[in-house]
Amino acid sequence: MDLFEKTGSKILDSLEGVGGTIVTLFRGLYWFKQTIKYRALIFEQMLFCGVESIPVVIVIALFTGMVVALQTGQALARFELEGTIGNVVAASICREMGPVFTAIIVAGRVGSAMAAQLGTMKVSEEIDALEVMSIDPTRYLVMPRVWALLIMLPVLTIFADLIGIIGGGVIARLQIGVSYYTYFDGVMSNLEIKDIYTGMVKAVVFGFSISAVACYQGLHARAGAQGVGRATTRSLVFAFLSILIFDYFISAIFY
Amino acid sequence: MIEIKNVYKKLGGKEVLRGINLEVQDGELMVIMGGSGMGKSVLLKHIIGFLNPDSGDVLVDGVSIPGCSRKELYDIRKGYGVVFQSPALLQSLTIEDNVALPLKEHSDYSADKIGEIVRERLHWVKLYEIEQKLPSELSGGMQKRASLARALTLDPHLMLFDEPATGLDPILTATIAQLIVDLHGRIGFTSIAVSHNMSFSFKIADRIAMLYNGRIVAVGTPDEIRGSSDPFVHDFIHGIAKKE
Ligand SMILES: Nc1ncnc2c1ncn2[C@@H]1O[C@H](COP(=O)(O)OP(=O)(O)OP(=O)(O)O)[C@@H](O)[C@H]1O
Ligand SMILES: [Mg+2]
Repeated sequence: MDLFEKTGSKILDSLEGVGGTIVTLFRGLYWFKQTIKYRALIFEQMLFCGVESIPVVIVIALFTGMVVALQTGQALARFELEGTIGNVVAASICREMGPVFTAIIVAGRVGSAMAAQLGTMKVSEEIDALEVMSIDPTRYLVMPRVWALLIMLPVLTIFADLIGIIGGGVIARLQIGVSYYTYFDGVMSNLEIKDIYTGMVKAVVFGFSISAVACYQGLHARAGAQGVGRATTRSLVFAFLSILIFDYFISAIFY
Repeated sequence: MIEIKNVYKKLGGKEVLRGINLEVQDGELMVIMGGSGMGKSVLLKHIIGFLNPDSGDVLVDGVSIPGCSRKELYDIRKGYGVVFQSPALLQSLTIEDNVALPLKEHSDYSADKIGEIVRERLHWVKLYEIEQKLPSELSGGMQKRASLARALTLDPHLMLFDEPATGLDPILTATIAQLIVDLHGRIGFTSIAVSHNMSFSFKIADRIAMLYNGRIVAVGTPDEIRGSSDPFVHDFIHGIAKKE
């Protein structure tokens, strides 16, 4: 009985969290109408997002491209199809690896920092102070963060795609023995608009879910330093979950 | 006018407020006194609209606060100035930006005009040349005063103070008390302050309300309270007096 009760209340908690996250997102989107007024705050968040994630994105994207090229290159070589390696690497990076890995990096570095920051503000009564000054936290804090990730995630994803494709090219040349010309010709001739488009849709959806989850968890942190830690962890876990779930469904819809 | 009508509130299984009745007249400076954990902060949160009573009502200028929507509350609170128990300044902003925040959000004033108002408010609370510092670079007492300056930026008609004197040395406490009396005289806001500091409360109050066990057990001018025969009031005043 106790187990049922505990499981039940955990499930209810999660559902409440999902509902709250969606409400937070929509409140943030509602305030997009005041974008101009808050451009400085939005820009600040974008900068933070870029500075925090670009170094990691470079490293991860480069190695992802290299691994994909190495693995598929060897398999393709067995059938003497290594000439098509460019197509395979580009498609899998643009559709899948680029958006997902970038989102996971951003969730880990930026999302959790947002949750920690808002959580700290919550426990030190700063959020209450905003409320009392009639400054809606969903306008002043959530909206700029949603905007920032909405812009930065696609930008970082394109960046990661490029780096990944270049990394793949280097390995194709050095390890598989495919010329740069053949590789990039394969990339350009077979990469469909749809591959890039799907990747961008994913990036946008991930941007929404990371920012909404981080803001909701931060704004609902419980009192004390422990509450902030818990909010940060939960924000990470829920962001990862939502990234994987949305990734599956978007792929299923487009292919 | 603020009317608190028969407010009951249970929190964490504990009956914190058990039928609070209190009226604060326009322009009056009311101090609510009571021991630690008696529910003073909880009562203030009902006036701000952070908490809703289980039963009873809180009326500010005839408007029922628990009945207000989120948007209505935001409108009403533009006329409030609230100083929390903790300074609650935004740690990421300089003192100047903290004090300017309500103006930037709710007025169309130019940057120059805002800067002027900000400096004036900071001078009111006797803070000089700290505009560009971050809250963490100031002492607790200075943060408290900066938070008072922030609460004053929009010329509030209702000021709520939660323990304005905690964390201050006796001289600063006296300074803040004098400051509140002066500002009250100058701006004429209605005010509710919550405190367990005797000398502070007696110095600033027009009337004092004593909160005990979830009820208001006595209301009166400082002289009436001092002369009260109510045993709790007597003990409270006496107890604190002994410690000091
Ligand atoms: N959100 C809450 N959940 C559960 N209990 C609460 C909550 N807020 C306050 N309480 C309880 O209500 C009681 C009154 O709290 P309150 O903060 O109003 O005290 P106070 O009179 O302001 O004390 P102090 O002078 O120490 O600030 C305390 O026993 C506290 O534990
Ligand atoms: Mg209190």
